[in-house]
Amino acid sequence: MFEGYSLAELGSIFAMQGFAGLILFSVFVLMALGLAIIFGQMGVINMAHGEFMILGAYVTYLCSSFISTYAPALFPAYFFIAMALAFLASGALGMLVEWGMIRFLYRRPLDTLLATWGLSLILQQIFRSVFGAREVGVVLPDWLMGSVAVTDTIEVPINGLFVMGLTIAITVVIYAVMFRSRWGQGVRAVMQNRVMAGAVGINTEKVDRYTFGLGCGIAGVAGSAFTMVGSTGPTSGQLYIVDTFLVVVFGGAQSLIGTIASAFTISQAQSTLEFFLSGSTAKVLTLLTVVVILMLRPQGLFVLKVRR
Amino acid sequence: MSSDKIDADKLTSLPSPLRRKLLLGMAALPAVGLLPRGALAQALPTDAVNTTKLAVTDSTVKVGILHSTTGTMAISETGSVQAEKLAIAQINEMGGVLGRKIEVIQEDGASDWPTFAEKARKLLVEDKVAAVFGCWTSASRKAVLPVFEQYNGMLYYPTFYEGLEQSKNVIYTGQEATQQILAGLDWVTKEKGAKSFFLIGSDYIWPRTSNKIARKHIEMHGQKVVGEEYFPLGHTQFNSVINKIKLTKPDVIYASVVGGSNVAFYKQLKAAGIDLNKQVLMTISVTEDEMLGIGGENIAGAYACMKYFQSLKNPNNEKFVAAFKKMWGGESVIGDVTQAGYLGPWLWKLTAEKAKSFDIDKIAAASAGIEFTGAPEGYVRIHENHHLWSKTRVGRARTDGQFDVVFETADLIEPNPFPKGYQ
Repeated sequence: MFEGYSLAELGSIFAMQGFAGLILFSVFVLMALGLAIIFGQMGVINMAHGEFMILGAYVTYLCSSFISTYAPALFPAYFFIAMALAFLASGALGMLVEWGMIRFLYRRPLDTLLATWGLSLILQQIFRSVFGAREVGVVLPDWLMGSVAVTDTIEVPINGLFVMGLTIAITVVIYAVMFRSRWGQGVRAVMQNRVMAGAVGINTEKVDRYTFGLGCGIAGVAGSAFTMVGSTGPTSGQLYIVDTFLVVVFGGAQSLIGTIASAFTISQAQSTLEFFLSGSTAKVLTLLTVVVILMLRPQGLFVLKVRR
Repeated sequence: MSSDKIDADKLTSLPSPLRRKLLLGMAALPAVGLLPRGALAQALPTDAVNTTKLAVTDSTVKVGILHSTTGTMAISETGSVQAEKLAIAQINEMGGVLGRKIEVIQEDGASDWPTFAEKARKLLVEDKVAAVFGCWTSASRKAVLPVFEQYNGMLYYPTFYEGLEQSKNVIYTGQEATQQILAGLDWVTKEKGAKSFFLIGSDYIWPRTSNKIARKHIEMHGQKVVGEEYFPLGHTQFNSVINKIKLTKPDVIYASVVGGSNVAFYKQLKAAGIDLNKQVLMTISVTEDEMLGIGGENIAGAYACMKYFQSLKNPNNEKFVAAFKKMWGGESVIGDVTQAGYLGPWLWKLTAEKAKSFDIDKIAAASAGIEFTGAPEGYVRIHENHHLWSKTRVGRARTDGQFDVVFETADLIEPNPFPKGYQ
């Protein structure tokens, strides 16, 4: 397929292709971080993760129409306000759900699967009733659209850069919170041994609630960011849920580093294969590879070494 | 097993020889058509217009609407439901069909194909509706088709689709693939001097069949297909294929991506610096409905090829758009399929009046040649193969979510669901 192209052309295509892989990587990490916290740290299979993302997307939509009507001067910066609100909205809903539903199911992981699946259907119908069955269009500020021309032939999409920057920022924050703060220490303690953590004075219920809220809040931010690259409709969350679980399970459910490594592997494999083969075949091959690796290594890429 | 039951049903419902003679006499009476509307019901007694025990009384006739109002397809099918209800309301205002008011029984297919089949059976067997307006995806149509053929029902199907199907029990009010594709390709060749095409679509039967036809047509004319790609439904990452498009530099990107993927595709095209005012893109899957989600600013400049656009300028369409907005709100938009949905009830009414009967067999036989001059897209006629003769148009997307119609075929295009040389 490369006959008739000059070396410079090929070079720039490969550069752009590498970049496409990095964008996909950032998207995967952003999708999976929230779930990695909820599934990995708490062991809750949250099937409604996609709907928490879409809640963030709808908050962004409301924000964009509200600000463009009442405060057009703020419009170029509205995306940051929207992301903060998306975090708060999804996080608050997450804490509510934890309080009203999840906390009764901690000992029954398979029931959480059904319960959160039901929750995802309820949320979808609520979105449909409130915002209509059709997708809504989120208007982006101009500076987020278009691309930067690095050289004559290499163009880098700005929203891709934005997603990458956001992913790095959120990953750093999560790392700091989970591994460098007292609260994060509490979360990890509860995860390792709930009874003992309670015995040394950690309020495990509170830790659970905030952890779940944090995971959902990150999902909201991800959803907000994805209005730049994807659709916002009542069922759009379903588009992300499979990939998200794939990344988290493949990475080893309890390891945040594993999630990142797995997002990198899957995204690079998929985007390279997509370039050389066709879209559907690439997806099939990626999934096959993941299945084979999980058969050889059922615990995922990375395992947290703890004594059981 | 169940076929025994059907035969028994048919036997008991066969008209007596005397009644049949009477019927023939009735049909021959030209004066019936001249009677004032209120007198029609008396002039056409229920026994005469309904010999197969459909849900028809002296003053009403029941029809079904079968679309998804929940689930992933609700996005697309809502417009069809609205258009069908508008048409039925207008027909009732004019006095109904054969002097009988239309009553609607609406069922939800819930974006699930077995559910469609089950609801179709319910409408035909329990409700005994005289006609069903419904289905959207080919998968749902394929699921209900055996039901309609087994229980002898009548389905008016609104979506443009891949062709390769024809049934006595279905009237296809949207375009089949060759009607939609060929004229558009010819136009872009002539107008833009296109020599190379990149085909990209979602991975299911409609885009694949459409692209197969497109590829044959392109290659028959000595042009080149430089890429053909399919992505799973719901795919949201198109950066790799966009790079491939950049590498192959096609004159035309030919797109049949559907659903949520659509939004991702156009947003990422724009973000990657592909300016649709310079790069020709022709789509057969984006109507005004899809534009709402994509955002006009992301797709402005692209060409869409179908038979109807909301911005069409003709008296029928102006009336239709005004009535639609009055019934469903000023914000609503009308896409190709919505308009085709609107045709269904009207074509059925005209057919029933020609047949002077609600009987399915008579409706099916009388359908060929039915003309509807009040169609928003302009004059349409039903072909013997139960598809519509219709014009094909090319529209150019504007930032406000509407299309400028830049081309329409001079004549109606003959529907050809089994195109020779394209298989």
